[in-house]
This record gives sequence, C-alpha cells and structure tokens, in this order.
Amino acid sequence: MTGGFQPTPEPQARPLQPVPPVAPSTQSEPVVVFEDVSIGFGREPLLEGLSFAVRQGETRILLGPAGVGKSVLLKLVNGLIRPDSGRIFVFGNEISAMREDDLFEIRGSIGTVFQEGALFDSLTVHDNVGYRLMEEHLPDDEITRRVTEALRFVELEHTLTKFPSELSGGMRRRVAIARAIVTNPKLILYDSPTAGLDPITSTTIIELVMKQRDVSHTTSLVVTHRLQDAFVLATHRFSRSKNTMEPLPPRQIDPHTSFLMLYQGRLIFDGTTAELVHSDDPLIRSYLS
Amino acid sequence: MPLTTIDSAAKRGALAVQDYAQLSGRALGNLFRKPFYGADLAQQADIIGVGSLPIVVLTGFFLGGALAMQSASTLTQFGATAFTGQLVSFSMIKEIGPVVTALMVSGRNASGMASELGSMIVTEQIDAMRALGTDPLKKLVMPRVVATTVMLFFLTILADAVGILGGGLVAVFMLGQDGSQYFHTAYQSLQYPDIVQGLIKPLFFGFILATIGCFYGMRTRGGTQGVGRSTTQAVVVASVLIIATDFIIIRFMLDLFGR
Repeated sequence: MTGGFQPTPEPQARPLQPVPPVAPSTQSEPVVVFEDVSIGFGREPLLEGLSFAVRQGETRILLGPAGVGKSVLLKLVNGLIRPDSGRIFVFGNEISAMREDDLFEIRGSIGTVFQEGALFDSLTVHDNVGYRLMEEHLPDDEITRRVTEALRFVELEHTLTKFPSELSGGMRRRVAIARAIVTNPKLILYDSPTAGLDPITSTTIIELVMKQRDVSHTTSLVVTHRLQDAFVLATHRFSRSKNTMEPLPPRQIDPHTSFLMLYQGRLIFDGTTAELVHSDDPLIRSYLS
Repeated sequence: MPLTTIDSAAKRGALAVQDYAQLSGRALGNLFRKPFYGADLAQQADIIGVGSLPIVVLTGFFLGGALAMQSASTLTQFGATAFTGQLVSFSMIKEIGPVVTALMVSGRNASGMASELGSMIVTEQIDAMRALGTDPLKKLVMPRVVATTVMLFFLTILADAVGILGGGLVAVFMLGQDGSQYFHTAYQSLQYPDIVQGLIKPLFFGFILATIGCFYGMRTRGGTQGVGRSTTQAVVVASVLIIATDFIIIRFMLDLFGR
C-alpha cells in the first residue's frame, strides 16, 4: 500500500483539490436515485429516509459501522429486497415498483460483488465467471474468450478449471469481481470486497476496483467499513502504463469518488472527500478518528 | 399460552402455507415460460430418478418378499395360500409401492433439495443468481419439481414390479408355492381402478416431496444450523403430507370407483 492517508487534516493544511476530470462528468444523468427510502426487519427500522443519487461515472463509497445496513442498501439497489417505503430508481426505472420478472433484465446491467464472493460452489471458475454469458446462450468460443479476458483483468486466468473451494479467500473475491465485470455492466455494486482479507490481498482488491473505475469508468457503489480502503480509492489512480495504482499528486483527490455515510439507519453524510475530511459533525469526526 | 403467542403462531402458519402455495404455483407456471432449463431438468431427472434406483429396487424387492411371507402365514389359517399372489400385487400396486417409494425418495431427495438450496441461501448463492438475472424458481425449483414428479411415477412402477417379483421368489423358493399360480392370481385380481390408483398417487407424492424440499430449502435462515433444521423439517413434513394425501386419494378413489 502506498501513501498513508491521514483522515484528520492538520489545522493549517490546504484543502484537498479534485484533479481535473478525465472521465464522464459528475453532473450527468443519475444511475441510481434513492428517494426517502426506509426499510425495517421486525419492529425496528434498519434504514430510514435515505435520499441520495449515484451519477454516471461516479464511484460512491458507502461508509458506516458494521451492522448499520450497508449490505441491505446494496440489495435494495439491485432489487433483491424491496423498501417498506420510498422510491428507488435505477437507470431511470422505478425498481421498487417493478415485478420480480421485470427486474431480471435490469439486473443484467448491474454487476454485483458479494461480501464473501457468493460463487457457485458446484461450478468451475470458468462456469462461474461465464454464468451470465451461458444464460444468454452465447457461442462457447465467445464465452471462453470473454471469461479469459475478465480473469486476465483480475490476473487469475490460470484458474479456469478450478473450483471455488480450491481458491484462497482473496482469489475467490477476485473471481467474483471477474464475474461482475464480464458482461461490461453499467453499474457495479461492491459489498465489502475486502472484508476479512489480509492487508496485502485487500490492496490487490482495491486496486482492481480502482482499475475498473479508471480504465472502464464504470459507475460503482462501494460498501466498506475500512477507512483505509476508502481513502486509497479517493487519493490514488490506476496507471495503465505501469499497470498498478499510484498516488495522485499531493493534496489532490479523485473527482469522481465521493462518500456516503450511514449511522444508526440514517444517512449522515453525502459529499466529496474534501467535505468529509473537513466535516465538523462530531459523529463523522469520531468515525474518522 | 398467551393469546398473542397463539395469534402470531397462527399468522406464521398461514403465511407459510401462502408462501408454499406461491412457490408451488410459480414452479408449475415456470414450466410454460421461457427460458426453459431443459439441461437442468435432465440432470435432475438423472440425479433423482437414476440415483434413486438402488434404494427403490432393494426396498421394493424386500417389501414384496416380506409381504408374501406375512400374507402366506395368515392365509394358511384359512387354507387360502393360493391367494398370496393376489394379496401381494394388490397391496404393492395400490398402497405399499407408491407410499414406500415416495417415502424412500423423500428421505433421499427432499432432504437433498432442502440442504442444497438451503446452503445456497446461507452462502448468498441464490442472491447471486438473482443478481445475475436468473430466476432461481425457474432454474432450481422447476427442474426439481418436474423431474421428481415424472421420475417418481416410473420408480413406483418399477418398485411395484420388483415387489411382486420378490414376493414371487419368496412364495416359490421359501414357501414352496406354485410360481405359475402366484403370478396368475397376481395378474388376474387387478382391475382398472387399482392400476389408476397406483399410478395417480406417485404424481401427487412426487409433486409434494419436491415442492416441500424446495420450499424448506428456499426459506432457510440461520447458517449451517438452519440448513440442518430445514433438511429435517422437509423430510418430516413431506413424509406426513405423503401419508395424509394417500388417505385423501383412497377416500376419493373409493367414492369414484367403489374400490
């Protein structure tokens, strides 16, 4: 990991400056919109009155303590669960009011990386990554080519014939990323992609998330409770020439990466990296410290 | 017991029945909706049908033999051992063949379905499948329900045949009866309603055991312990429902055919 980020700035420090945009504008059409969304399990509400948007080309990092409902929020985005109230729009469709059968088509444009990978344990890596392509009945040659390409992106093209149980935790997470990107989705949802991994493997995973952001400019929503991962995403970029991530120039941040923060079921922050680290909100400061 | 506890238990029960009815209805409806998972259906037919052959053949054979011995010892008191074949075929085809085959397949496959789907639920594989744009009720439930219903039909016919054969071997080699007489009475005593009853039952039983297995699998909660609980519940509920349905079908057939 390079560039240890200090979330609490010194009093005299100059504010963080976004680097000039190179990807789609952050003012473009929203891909995901939450309007006053609430959901609860049992009598207690889990998420209350959430309203935010994720625009084309943006990477929004969702922070919050464990158990606050971050994974539930991601499941709301791809319609795996429905809100008790409020409206959710994805690609302009109100998915909170759609029938399950109609949601399957929209989900085809969304890649999801689950917390533990959620690979199909009875299928090989090839079949896991190519699952969606096989469902679309593409020719076998085409499937193998695209699967190999996706696995090359995560540097695991040698694992084609292995089963998930034969892979390490980090490799399974990378295969999950390959499965999520193989169809070139317009939106990727990452559910704690580094949870439970060692620091080196976590860095590899974050680098892949960054690579997808900076190379493909895919809109994404990244759930994490690891501040270090979040700030690495905000302060680094992927260098195609060096094929690795590198820190942005001093005091610069990625303009397409911004933050959401959940606390006790409510959205307590929605803004840029600079706004987050300069926030005076005691809850945010306590979380960042 | 407080009234609120009874109230909430009744609501949970009603909700479970509603969920089961929905799952069963959608599983059947998916048979006629695209995409059709023919390969999965064939694979399940192989796992459930061919995979259950050994237990069904062995169970049928020994049940037929046991039935022949028990019948012969009772019939001897009335000097009617010649009717052993009739009793064995009658019992195997109308009652024991369908019920015991369904119970054996239930023990093997309803538990398998509940544990397989339950494990997929707790490891988020079902969510992943939905997120990848596939309906698990089409991909996982429909093939299992259709394959079980079709294969149990044929497995029951096989169990009936092997049971009658087993009874015949016992009658000839252990009880010293005439083989020709045994198979003649076994065949002659059967009437159209008996065959219909024996063939209708496995269709209901197969549907019940598969939908119950899938239902408990798909509503698994609580990690590996939950998977174990679902598996047990699936086998217990499927077995009880099979026997209860058998009772209802017999009552209906008696009204319809008078035997």
